[in-house]
Amino acid sequence: MDFEFIARHAGQFVQAAGLTLNLAFWGILLSLLIGLMCSLLIYFRVRVFSRVAKIYIELSRNTPLLIQLFFLFYGLPKIGVMISAQACAVIGLSFLGGSYMAESFRSGFEAVGKTQLEAGMSIGLTRRQLTRYIILPQAFSVSIPSLTANAIFLLKETSIFSAIALADLMFVAKDLIGMYYKTFEALSMLVASYLIILLPLSILLRWVERRVRYAEFGHTSAV
Amino acid sequence: MQSSGIQVLFEGANLSRLLGGLWVTLQIALISIAISAVLGVLFGIVMTSKSRVVRAVCRIYLEAVRIIPILVWLFIFYFGVTKALNIHLSGMFVSVLVFSLWGTAEMGDIVRGAVQSLPLHQREAGRAIGLTELQVYRYIIIPQAVRRLLPAAINLATRMIKTTSLVVIIGVVEVVKVGQQIIESNILNFPTASLWVYGLIFLLYFIICYPISLFSKRLETRWQS
Repeated sequence: MDFEFIARHAGQFVQAAGLTLNLAFWGILLSLLIGLMCSLLIYFRVRVFSRVAKIYIELSRNTPLLIQLFFLFYGLPKIGVMISAQACAVIGLSFLGGSYMAESFRSGFEAVGKTQLEAGMSIGLTRRQLTRYIILPQAFSVSIPSLTANAIFLLKETSIFSAIALADLMFVAKDLIGMYYKTFEALSMLVASYLIILLPLSILLRWVERRVRYAEFGHTSAV
Repeated sequence: MQSSGIQVLFEGANLSRLLGGLWVTLQIALISIAISAVLGVLFGIVMTSKSRVVRAVCRIYLEAVRIIPILVWLFIFYFGVTKALNIHLSGMFVSVLVFSLWGTAEMGDIVRGAVQSLPLHQREAGRAIGLTELQVYRYIIIPQAVRRLLPAAINLATRMIKTTSLVVIIGVVEVVKVGQQIIESNILNFPTASLWVYGLIFLLYFIICYPISLFSKRLETRWQS
């Protein structure tokens, strides 16, 4: 193991990790928004839009991110739609993630008991209030475990971005292997980078999960 | 003529070549799914072991597979292991190996969840009527656990099929690679080829995965009642 080599190129990995995290952050944020919107449309059976949301979810869940990215990055420019690699990455990631988040929110909504809704209606809440004060808080605490799992999943999916020429962690590692033939050093740094990003995050999210589940209806009696 | 780029798909043997590439992808997926199904069940049962050490070792394996992206695992085996052992492994072999390792871990976790969700008295009742440990699994645990794990296992299968699209990055000539070849060789006649080729591949994946996930959803709703 050539530690001097590692020290010399560590900066590249830090930079790449920054790019990965930046793109993942926007991708995950947009995924959450898309997912919440879609799941609300479906939950309230909004005409036409709930259909569109369902079709979108099936399309996005049953196709690989790599193909989605290739279509956005190499296909669309041919009909005049030019999107930068970074924008492609964020669009692709949120296109994929939106459906996963929607499914997580949906299972949360379904877990809110019917009696809860009826109680809310009987004290005269409007539909918006019902959503804001009764449905979302309870649904959210049920969805949290799978939402956080999705976030980690999406963060890992960013490793594909190198395929559309973004200088992410994979890209740097491949570059170093190709240029200097320092396979072990490059791969070790690659694995270390992902561990440094993902390990603390998964521990943090597990902690958040425990905290938020506390709000769940019936939590106190279950323990 | 470049008015209708979609024609590139029907030019010469392009369509059959793409489908041939898809078959390579599917082969990798099917072999890995078969291996994962068998090893995953065994791994899942091992994970329910009483021994703390065994459980910890299983847990480390599962978490290690989970926390590192699959693409990184493909790189580790394709570039790292081959260099360390000074051997040559084909991209195809590495793909099947990595997908099986991943599938076994995930499948094992699904099996573990299903087995542990069965009430303890089922196992005890089996023992009480004098079944051997093997018979308890054969007649009591497995039939009941299968119902609980099948929807999740089918979901895993679609995830694996989708993820096989990554193998193009370690040089396996599958559907995406064939698509790239077609795009490049038709760049003069059909400048818009990439739109249609990637569009078609997108659709092909959907056509394969959608029925499977529909099936899993149906099983889930049917068995819930």
